[in-house]
Amino acid sequence: MKILICISKTPDTTSRIAFKDGNTKFEENGVQWIINPYDEWYALVRAIELKEKDPSTVLHLVTVGAADCEPVIRKALALGGDEAYRVNTQSDDSFYIATQIFEVAKQGNYDLIFTGKETIDYNGSSIGGMVAEMLSMPYISLATKFDLNGSTAVVAREIEGGEEVCEVALPVVVSCQKGVAEQRIPNMRGIMSARTKPLKVVEPAAAEALTNITSYELPPVKAGVKLVGADNVAELVRLLHEEAKAI
Amino acid sequence: MSVLIFIDQAEGHVKKASLEALTYGGDLAKQTGTTAEAMVFGTVAEDLTALGRYGISKVHHVSSAALDHFDAQVFANVIAKVVEETKATVVVFSHNQTGKAVAPGVAAAVKAGIVTGAVALPDISNGFVVKKSVFSGKAFANVNISSEIKIISLNPNSYKTVAGKGMAEVIELNVPVPESKIKITAVSKVSGEVPLTEADIVVSGGRGLKGPENWGILEDLAHTLHAATACSRPVADSHWRPHHEHVGQTGVQVAPNLYIALGISGAIQHLAGVNRSKTIVVINKDPEAPFFKAADYGIVGDVFEVVPKLTEEIKKMQAAS
Ligand SMILES: Cc1cc2nc3c(=O)[nH]c(=O)nc-3n(C[C@H](O)[C@H](O)[C@H](O)COP(=O)(O)OP(=O)(O)OC[C@H]3O[C@@H](n4cnc5c(N)ncnc54)[C@H](O)[C@@H]3O)c2cc1C
Repeated sequence: MKILICISKTPDTTSRIAFKDGNTKFEENGVQWIINPYDEWYALVRAIELKEKDPSTVLHLVTVGAADCEPVIRKALALGGDEAYRVNTQSDDSFYIATQIFEVAKQGNYDLIFTGKETIDYNGSSIGGMVAEMLSMPYISLATKFDLNGSTAVVAREIEGGEEVCEVALPVVVSCQKGVAEQRIPNMRGIMSARTKPLKVVEPAAAEALTNITSYELPPVKAGVKLVGADNVAELVRLLHEEAKAI
Repeated sequence: MSVLIFIDQAEGHVKKASLEALTYGGDLAKQTGTTAEAMVFGTVAEDLTALGRYGISKVHHVSSAALDHFDAQVFANVIAKVVEETKATVVVFSHNQTGKAVAPGVAAAVKAGIVTGAVALPDISNGFVVKKSVFSGKAFANVNISSEIKIISLNPNSYKTVAGKGMAEVIELNVPVPESKIKITAVSKVSGEVPLTEADIVVSGGRGLKGPENWGILEDLAHTLHAATACSRPVADSHWRPHHEHVGQTGVQVAPNLYIALGISGAIQHLAGVNRSKTIVVINKDPEAPFFKAADYGIVGDVFEVVPKLTEEIKKMQAAS
C-alpha cells in the first residue's frame, strides 16, 4: 500500500490577519506557520494509523511551496511520514498547484491520496477534486471516517444535511475532516528520525495559473456590543425583533 | 459568453443554496449582458420551468437515473460535457457539500480558473474579479480569473434569493453517463432539523452549558426560532454533541442572519467560523469573555437562568405579532 498525503503550510489559527503593500500581500511578519490542521490531524494521522496496522504501507508527503515550507514538512515527517516531496514553486492558484501534485502523484503509483478538506488560509477545498480528475480517479470529499477492507476503501462522508457511507475500490482520492482521526503530538524518536528522512526537492512542471489574487480586505469592524441586563430579557427580544429585524 | 448554473437537488427537490446560486447566476448574466441557463441531473419531482423565476432562460436536464446517486467523478464528467454542449463561459455552483465535491473536478476537466467561497458578484470593470472569503471568514480576497471558462462556487447564505416572474424552457439532454466506481451503502439524514449551513438562525452552545444533559434549554430555544443547533469544538470533542455541529475555523463555517452563542467564550478559532453572521448575540456569565467584542447584542448572565426566559419572551413576541 502506497499513500500520498498532501500537506500545506498555513498560519497558526491565532495569527493576526493583516495585509501589506496596499492590501495586496498577506503580512507574514510575526506569523507562526503550522501544518494545515485538516492535513495534519485527519489526513496524515489516519495514514499513520493505516501504516501501524500494516507496516508494509509507505507514506509519501507532498507539498507545493518554497524552501520556507521545510520546517512544516519536517514536522509532518516527525509525525510519521516516510519521505517527502517539495515542489519548488509558489502559487495561490489551485489549478497550478493541483497540476504540480498530479505530476508527483502519477509517478508514484499511489493506491490512496489524502488531502485535508481545505486549507485554513485560502479555504479553497479544490486540490483533492482537481487531482482526482487529472488522475481519472474517483473522489470522495469531506470524509468523516476512513477504513480499508483489503483493496476497498470504506468511507463515511458529509453530505448536505447528513452523512453517507460508500465503498470504492482503490485507487481513490479522499479529502479528510474531523472524525477521520484524532490529533497527535510527535514524539522525540519521530523528531530525531525526521532529520534523516528523505525530503526531495523537485522543480515544477510547466503549467498555467488561471487565477491571481489582486487584493485583500478585512471585514468591517462591528459597532460594539449593546448589553442588556439579565433581568430584562424582553428588551433583548424587542431589539432583535425591531432593531436587528433578526427574529 | 453565457452563464451556466449547477442545481443541486436531493430526492427531487431543489435546495435553497441552489436557488441562491440561480439568483446569482441570473444577476451575473444581466450584469454581463448574456443569458443564464441551468443544469439539473437525475429524477426530479419539481416543475423545472418554474426555475425561470430566478432569471434563467433554459434548464438542461440530464434525466439518467444513474445520476440519482451522487458521485463526484461522474458528475464532473457529465457537467464538463454540458459545459461544452452549451458553450458556457461561466459556471456557477453553490459552495455546499455537493459543490465542494464536484466543482474542482469540473475546473480540472475544462481547464477553468476556479474561485470557491465567493460572496459577491464579480467586478468586471477590469478583468473578472471575484470576492471570496479567506482565512476562515477573517478576511476577503479579490481574485481575478483569467481563463476562458470561469468557475465560481458561491458561499451559502451570502446572496439573497429573489424570485421574480418567468418560465424556463426545459431541454432534455442526452449525455452519456459513465459508470460509477462508488457504491453507496448507507445514507443517514439528520431528519427534521434545519441544515446548519443553510439556516437563517443558529443557536450554539459551548462548555458553559456544563454537559450534554443540559442541551434541552438550547434545543427549546432553537425549536422556537426554527433554528439550527451548533456547538464549540470542545463540546464536539467531548462527544456532548455530534461532530457535524462543530463550528469554527476547524469545523463548519456559517453565515446566518442571527447567531446566538450560549456559554461560549469566543476564542479566535471559534469566531473565525461565525463572524460572517449578520447579527451575533452572546450570553455569557463572564463580562470579560472575548465573544462580547464580536457581538452585536449581549447579556452578561447565567445561561441556565437567561435562556429559558429568552425562549418564553420570544414565544410571547411571536404570539403577539
Ligand atoms: C488549532 C486550533 C483550532 C481550533 N478550532 C476551533 C474551532 O473550529 N471551533 C471552536 O469552537 N474552537 C476551536 N478551537 C478551540 C478554541 O481555542 C477554544 O478552546 C474553544 O472554542 C472554547 O470553547 P468554549 O467557548 O465552548 O469553552 P470555554 O472557552 O471553556 O468557554 C466557556 C464559556 O462559558 C462561560 N460560562 C460558563 N458557565 C456559564 C453559565 N452558567 N452561563 C453563561 N456562561 C457560562 C464561561 O464564562 C466561558 O466564557 C481551536 C483551537 C486550536 C488550538
